[in-house]
Amino acid sequence: MDWTTALTNTIAAFLTLSIFSFLYKDNPFYKFAEHLMVGVSAGYWMLTLIYSTFVDKVILTIADGKWWYIIPTLLGVLMLTRFSSKLAWVSRYPLALVIGTATGVAIPLEMKAKIIEQLYGSIDLVTQMQAPDATLGLILNSLVILIGVVTALVYFFFSKAHTGATGYVAKVGIAVLMIGFGASFGFTVMARVSLLIQRFQFLMFDWLNLPRG
Amino acid sequence: MKRQLPLLLIFAFGAFMVVQYFIPHEASEFFYEFVALDWPPIVGVFALSLGTISLVRVSIGKIQRREPNWGYTIVTLAGLVSILIAGLPWFGGKQSTMVEWEFNNVMLPVTASMFAILAFFIASAAYRAFRARSALATLLLVSAVIVMMRFFPLGPLTETTGAIADWILNVPNLAAKRAILIGVGLGIVSTALKIILGVERSYLGRD
Amino acid sequence: MSIFEKMFAIDRRWVYLTLGIAVIIALLIPFSIPLPISKEAQSIYDYVDRLAPGDVIHLAMDYDPSVMGELQPMTYAILKQCFDKDIKVVVSALHQFGPTLAANTIDSAVARHREKTGETKVNGVDYVYLGYKPYPILIILGMGQNYRIPFPRDYYGVPLDSLPMMATIRNYNDVKGVLNVSGTSATDYWINYAQGRYNVPLAIGVTGVMATEYYPYLQTNQIFGILGGLKGAAEYEILTDAQGPAVEGMRVQLVAHSIVILFIIIGNIGFFAIRRSKNKAL
Repeated sequence: MDWTTALTNTIAAFLTLSIFSFLYKDNPFYKFAEHLMVGVSAGYWMLTLIYSTFVDKVILTIADGKWWYIIPTLLGVLMLTRFSSKLAWVSRYPLALVIGTATGVAIPLEMKAKIIEQLYGSIDLVTQMQAPDATLGLILNSLVILIGVVTALVYFFFSKAHTGATGYVAKVGIAVLMIGFGASFGFTVMARVSLLIQRFQFLMFDWLNLPRG
Repeated sequence: MKRQLPLLLIFAFGAFMVVQYFIPHEASEFFYEFVALDWPPIVGVFALSLGTISLVRVSIGKIQRREPNWGYTIVTLAGLVSILIAGLPWFGGKQSTMVEWEFNNVMLPVTASMFAILAFFIASAAYRAFRARSALATLLLVSAVIVMMRFFPLGPLTETTGAIADWILNVPNLAAKRAILIGVGLGIVSTALKIILGVERSYLGRD
Repeated sequence: MSIFEKMFAIDRRWVYLTLGIAVIIALLIPFSIPLPISKEAQSIYDYVDRLAPGDVIHLAMDYDPSVMGELQPMTYAILKQCFDKDIKVVVSALHQFGPTLAANTIDSAVARHREKTGETKVNGVDYVYLGYKPYPILIILGMGQNYRIPFPRDYYGVPLDSLPMMATIRNYNDVKGVLNVSGTSATDYWINYAQGRYNVPLAIGVTGVMATEYYPYLQTNQIFGILGGLKGAAEYEILTDAQGPAVEGMRVQLVAHSIVILFIIIGNIGFFAIRRSKNKAL
């Protein structure tokens, strides 16, 4: 390993260990690394926005002869009036374009993906029962899914008190939800440990050059 | 002018985007591609940069007033200014050596480490909070342990554990997450409708 | 303090230290574990494997350094499979901290391919890197109409129309599918807006935290496969014969998971023992 790579790896390792030092207690090294990251991240994002959008979609596009891109640019500049208490209302106009577009596009597609398709999937039991290669296992699984979805939705319906029959159904629903959350927790442990493993791989093999197992 | 016209514009743009999905006529496709998809990212760049501008203003204020830990605020500003200077066109722009260096040796290790320490916290949280206090808590615990053990080499039990974990993921977990998804979908659609119809106006700020 | 009270009240820093030491030892000691391939990962591999040389897929790398431990191995394995099969790749990076990471990943994958096969994949001919633009929903919708709407130029500033590979690619109709590797809500946007509006075949590679949320979409065929976390990455590394950090990481996962389960058991033994002695005292 040449000395420049060793030096940059050492700087990266120093920052990594500074963050890890928080596990013992908060300290100046952790604070330094954290504040440095905040500044560098904010600057990197500004840089990305400037080059990816302002230069690419405004300057170069207008230079290509598409002068009408001045209109959204001027609307964007109006956004900066948000810093003035007297003129902040002007920023509502460009905001209207962004918010109106985003919310309008969400309605049909979110409804399709998250509601309609999911309801179709919930009544898969019907399809399974009619399928030529239906097995008892698949049919039972579809039944469990249907019962699980309905009971969990009943649990989330707070306009009616969870007493009597509704209460029993909601109890089944919360049991289904607990199994789902348990599965999520199992995956979350793996996810968090993966990130730790990657940092240790860097520290042990890239920085300290230890032999891999 | 200050409130009514922006609300009207939100309704107009929102309604257009809903209708356009169902009526892909040439004229609506033209407006969809030419304005609706192309202009908001340009407008949005200025909106997104408000965050960084705010950070600079707040940081300078902290330093001027010598608030506690103001020294670290200098570190924040130094980091911000250094990467912006490194990204100037004369030094190579966004792909300059210095920007790549700061990304790979500052941002990358610190960001990755911040999330890596969560592994320790989750182990500690699992030890402290994961108690089989009730039937429901036990159900959660058992489900979590089976899913965690799904790739453990347990000899004759390996396939069984894997099959049970697969069943948990593809049946009860699916049902639970689907119910949550439907709830989230209903929430998103209703909030979007409230915004388009002008019922929800908190994003406009105060007069 | 009885042994059960001690089990109930271990200082959290001992938990941290135990986990840390276990991970270090597991990384140093050579051993391997069998990793069965899940249906969800196999279906993605089979889909890409069935594509012909010259076909195009869109690889959406929507993540930042915070989750690269899980997602980077997935990306390398996917790029390896595509490069080995001469499948062309359009790459986008719709995370604000992702563009440099994505560019470096592509360069690294090209270098690895060259090292292994002697063949150099050429930017603009074998792959195109679009880069980043803000507001992923509108960018995803824009690419569905025409890639040139959100990306008139690629990440390196070259007009898309002057890239040979893009001559036959207008929108999602001209790609065989989208593989989204993401640690953010961008996955939801790809499902809702790309698959929802344009019906482009879509598979996802997500972090472990997110993976369980997407099984409903798998059942409704809104997505055709899931790579879930490091295990998904390891499975894909095995399938593409590119065993690397993910496979290495999974054996460490075995040790780490065992430690976590052990602490859960210790905590519960302490809890039940103390509860029983309190009930007896009453």
